[in-house]
Amino acid sequence: MRILLAAALLAFSVAAHAVEPAERLPDPALEARARTIGAGLRCLVCQNESIDESGAELARDIRALVRRRLAAGDTDEAVFQAVVDRYGDFVLLRPPVRRETWLLWYGPIGLLVLGIGGAFVWLRRPSAVPPAPDLTAEEQQRLAELMKEDQA
Amino acid sequence: MRRLIYLLPAGLFLVLALYFAMSLRPGYDPHILPSAMLDKPAPDFALPGLKGDGVAKAGLAGQPAVVNFFASWCVPCRVEHPILMRLASQEGIRLYGIAYKDKPDDSARFLSQFGDPYRAIGVDRAGTVGLDFGVYGVPETYVIDRAGTIRKRFVGPLTAQAVETELLPLLQRLSRP
Repeated sequence: MRILLAAALLAFSVAAHAVEPAERLPDPALEARARTIGAGLRCLVCQNESIDESGAELARDIRALVRRRLAAGDTDEAVFQAVVDRYGDFVLLRPPVRRETWLLWYGPIGLLVLGIGGAFVWLRRPSAVPPAPDLTAEEQQRLAELMKEDQA
Repeated sequence: MRRLIYLLPAGLFLVLALYFAMSLRPGYDPHILPSAMLDKPAPDFALPGLKGDGVAKAGLAGQPAVVNFFASWCVPCRVEHPILMRLASQEGIRLYGIAYKDKPDDSARFLSQFGDPYRAIGVDRAGTVGLDFGVYGVPETYVIDRAGTIRKRFVGPLTAQAVETELLPLLQRLSRP
């Protein structure tokens, strides 16, 4: 029962938001865009939270900046750019794909391919242990004797 | 030759260990970000003064200037204050203060208590000029050259070492005709 309750609570819980009612834009469509943008921007004070989740003053300032720009008719890209211009790429929770970030984006896939390739080569290569030579005549005879003893 | 492949994990470990050791070196703080505004024109701003003149970008032009964001509620600002006082008494350093998200009365009390090293102080109650500069915590100190370009940013309290090895040499370079 307790587990069920916990599961139900988890299923119906929503992400914590620090966005205060007074900050919200009157236009729900603009506010929704502001939320999408806010979820993608890092708060620089509590560095692994987005500005929407963070209660820091700076996060509130950036939320206000985002809403000001949206209300002024900026596109989402222009709003992101306005924040990046001030704080650098580090504010983006999703790093842009660029030459400097190729290693970050494609490195893991590269490692996986390398690993699969390595495993393939490793498994396909001929066994390092040479096959055992056939038994000599004496050994054959001894084996036959042993088998006979065993049956007896 | 084939045996060398068994040294590969050890080699990888060494590379990783070196990387981690670099991140643990003293003086390295991952919270300090390089400024995105470096070598870009300083944002245009004009702030009312705390007492007397305010601070505006137009007023900074002509000579290299140092702009320091501070607040009375900021503890590290008290740590760096004696260094600012010393900087101000050295000739030729144009030090401007911006009171970031601080009540003017509190800023004034702070300065009367610890001394006022600034040529002029701008009041940034809402923190919008700070936002334009990319300030994410006080104190922060910016060096702006005579053309109005941001040349250096110090995050956190200025240390005597940072002043000696970075700030003063940079100002000297920028002051040369």
